Amino acid sequence: MIRIAAALFFAGTALFAVPWTRAADKSDPIKVGVYASRTGSEAVWGQSYERGVVLAAEQINAAGGVLGRPLQLIVEDNRSKTGESATSVRKLISRDKVVAVLGEVSSGRSLEAATVCKQLRVPMISNGTNPKVTETGDYIFRVAYIDPFQGTVMAQFAREHLFANRVALLTDTTNAYAVGLARFFKEKFMTDGGVVAIEQHYTSSERDFKAQLTAIRAAGVDGLFIPGYFTEVGLIILQARSLGLEAPILGGDGWSSPQLVPQGGTALRNTYYCDNFSLETDLPVSRHFIERFRQRYGEDPDSIAPLAYDAVTILADAIARAGATKPEKIRNALAETKDFPAVTGNVTIDSQRNPQKAAFVVGFKDGRYRLVKTVQP
Amino acid sequence: MSEFLQQLLNGLSLGAIYALIALGYTMVYGVLRFINFAHCDVFMIGAFIGYFAGQHLPQGTLWAGVLILLIAMVGCAIIGMVIERLAYRPLRGAPTLNVLITAIGVSLFLEYSGQLFLGATPRNFPEIFPSVNFQVGTLVISSNQLLVIGTAVVLMLGLQLIVFRTRIGTAMRAVSLNPNAARLVGVNNDVVISFTFGLGSALAAAGGILYATNYPSIDPLMGVMPGLKAFVAAILGGIGNIPGAALGGLLLGTVETFVGGSQYSTYKDAIAFGILIVILLFRPAGLLGKLMVEKV
Repeated sequence: MIRIAAALFFAGTALFAVPWTRAADKSDPIKVGVYASRTGSEAVWGQSYERGVVLAAEQINAAGGVLGRPLQLIVEDNRSKTGESATSVRKLISRDKVVAVLGEVSSGRSLEAATVCKQLRVPMISNGTNPKVTETGDYIFRVAYIDPFQGTVMAQFAREHLFANRVALLTDTTNAYAVGLARFFKEKFMTDGGVVAIEQHYTSSERDFKAQLTAIRAAGVDGLFIPGYFTEVGLIILQARSLGLEAPILGGDGWSSPQLVPQGGTALRNTYYCDNFSLETDLPVSRHFIERFRQRYGEDPDSIAPLAYDAVTILADAIARAGATKPEKIRNALAETKDFPAVTGNVTIDSQRNPQKAAFVVGFKDGRYRLVKTVQP
Repeated sequence: MSEFLQQLLNGLSLGAIYALIALGYTMVYGVLRFINFAHCDVFMIGAFIGYFAGQHLPQGTLWAGVLILLIAMVGCAIIGMVIERLAYRPLRGAPTLNVLITAIGVSLFLEYSGQLFLGATPRNFPEIFPSVNFQVGTLVISSNQLLVIGTAVVLMLGLQLIVFRTRIGTAMRAVSLNPNAARLVGVNNDVVISFTFGLGSALAAAGGILYATNYPSIDPLMGVMPGLKAFVAAILGGIGNIPGAALGGLLLGTVETFVGGSQYSTYKDAIAFGILIVILLFRPAGLLGKLMVEKV
């Protein structure tokens, strides 16, 4: 009996989980769900993400909202943990009846939530760069470039700018993003005539990387690619330099964090990574964003907040074009996004629901990362 | 050859930290016959005490470094004794399993209170010791690695002196051999057990500081993995046996590093632990478990 009741209950929640708003009431806010790693090991990302979405929503609401209704953000914390994101998103959709979901910075956690959003047919906009995120289904979009592009950019940069011939890979095998990015980098680097001399691995709970780095040093490389997160990358670079490994070290947007520079210090010399945003951009819309961010928070934005900001403005644009808040209509409008002037560059959503946009290669110089090269898609 | 020496050095400095933590497990097991799972969290607290003390003392000087090390050791010794007094002493005489489960509870309590009060975000540990790199051919020796190995050796020799040359050490060995007989001859078991916890926790704190000096990113769950490894090291060396714990730690750190530097780095832990299983198959009591009858 209990089992039948439970089955009915779940069937019921699944039916009603689809947030279907009544004929738009002028005063009703449009609810948008956000899940982010506010606490835990990647807390700086979640907090930055939240700042970005809040700033965007405040500005949209100050300008009269969308369809005459204010945007209301409902933010859930997944504590940087595996398995929490699906629960958070389920709660946002079934209890809070959000019309769309925004998040996450991490590809792994985006993948968890994407399955739920696909199942409940609610559009989601992710920051994750792993191609699998949007491959989950046609309700899943993203605002960041994808790893095949990022990997290609860094492989080319290593070949043409750093003149690297023999590189080593050091990959976090517990991270979907890192594994994917390592593969794309390797493919491009080898096609361009380079040699991947050695591949080493680690897991994200490790703190000692000297064993792998000593083997890499012995392999005699002129470049090292670490497609991991800033949580380990700082330690890896410190240990690499202390072992006398002075080769240039490259990475992807997983490095991007205000924590990397205080941790790495001067050991970051000769390191480069691929980012979504640069403070040195000359796009007027980006300059404008930087100013507003400084006014609101009193500091410079990193590269997570601009992407989060873009996710909200792209969503608001889609809702306005759809003229309704039905998730299905929002989805269709999102898919038609074309030449949207986002702060991280113009966004056109392609048939795979990915944006086509530029990547910024930054290098460490005089105590911070500065723009070295902008690569158009 | 230089790669071999470099890996050996990496392995020994990692192993020395495992050894310091393993000593705490093994000493508590010696006197109370249970595994103090909260030990790895005392290690974490040691690193955090160092972190906060480090902000009030000049960085990169030897005296400040040693002072921070001592502050953390004393602080953790007190915390270890308080844990024993509050959580374990009321269970004296209860089945070992009850104490064991309490230990797991204390461990989780410390980890999650840490997350609550200190935040789960990793913090950058200050450079409390001066650091230089020495280059011998292609072999790079960092002063931190030497510091870890040196401090570990000094502390282990000190421990050996305490256990075998002092009255309280004699009492510890007596309690370890037979608690009831020790009480009959006038040993105050509670004092001895309290002292053992303090001593073990001080070593864990030293381990925590040295670990954080080498891997300067600390968070409230940082003790879990090193704690697990040290626990295995204590078993490997023969639980309850002090030189065994030191040997087990060094061996585990070295094996792990060599596997980690090979092409099988993904299977680092699996292979390291596989080797341990094989050793335990042939020596069920651990490497030194049978040779030394006297336990602490």
